[in-house]
Amino acid sequence: MADTAIAHGHDSGHGAHVTSTGLSNNKLAMWMFLGSECLLFGGLISTYMLYKGRVNSGPQPDQIFDIPFTSVSSFVLLMSSLTMVLAVSAAQRKDDRNTNLWLTITALLGATFVGGQVYEFTAFYREGLGFTTSLFGSSFYTLTGFHGVHVSVGIIMLMALVGMISRNRIPGNKAESVELVGLYWHFVDIVWIVIFTLVYLIPS
Amino acid sequence: MSTATDHSATADHSTEHAEEHHGASDKQYIVIALILAALTAIEVSTYYVDFGPLFMPTLFVLMTVKFIVVVSYFMHLKFDNKLFSYLFYTGLILALAVYIGALSTFKFFLQKG
Repeated sequence: MADTAIAHGHDSGHGAHVTSTGLSNNKLAMWMFLGSECLLFGGLISTYMLYKGRVNSGPQPDQIFDIPFTSVSSFVLLMSSLTMVLAVSAAQRKDDRNTNLWLTITALLGATFVGGQVYEFTAFYREGLGFTTSLFGSSFYTLTGFHGVHVSVGIIMLMALVGMISRNRIPGNKAESVELVGLYWHFVDIVWIVIFTLVYLIPS
Repeated sequence: MSTATDHSATADHSTEHAEEHHGASDKQYIVIALILAALTAIEVSTYYVDFGPLFMPTLFVLMTVKFIVVVSYFMHLKFDNKLFSYLFYTGLILALAVYIGALSTFKFFLQKG
């Protein structure tokens, strides 16, 4: 019994902690977290879909959305998923230089997306859509704002990862740490895939 | 003792095996990204070109395909342990249920009021 406990508790020497499932607990926790995030964004998207037609004052969605601009932002975020997966691939090959390069490019693409969102919010505000102007405005800013915060947190995680890899300060499995941040980043991307279609491309 | 050691070895091997799953090659990832970019271009084209009755189905199909491709290949869910898929898709299905439930509530109760 004690032997079993010891067998389950020791470190394999590769940085991977041996578990009863044979799966990484960190990865399992990340997938559980992402599953719960589906519920968060599901609630926010549902709220937007129900309220997007409630415009008593201020502009209508199709009056202010700039589809060409948002399409470019969407493309930038989509390409950041490619650079992220290339970073994970480089980390699995133990190629720190390319891992850091792809992580930095991913963070820059993410920052471009957030910058675009800030510009979009500013433009909408100038056109008369404040947070409390209408139910459409409130639900739109809440949904896209939450997504923007997630992207910003992702950028911080990416830059922290770059710093830690450069200083060789990642305890345990380095490739897994990159993969976990990658999972979060791809999740942020798939949420935007849904938001881009449901919020921007489908008119009210 | 030997059972514990065997179990440990199996778990260790399994963990290593899971880590060795690299999914696709870098070249394949680039091809997947190009396909996703093309799908996005078709999505955006619905804003400029009149798709008629196919407008909504086209957008929903493209959105779903893009979602599944990113989750399966970029997030490695296709190559990883099924438990990860169960955890993620449970959350996703619950989220869809929340939306359908909320929409139904508004349809059934608010319109009567």
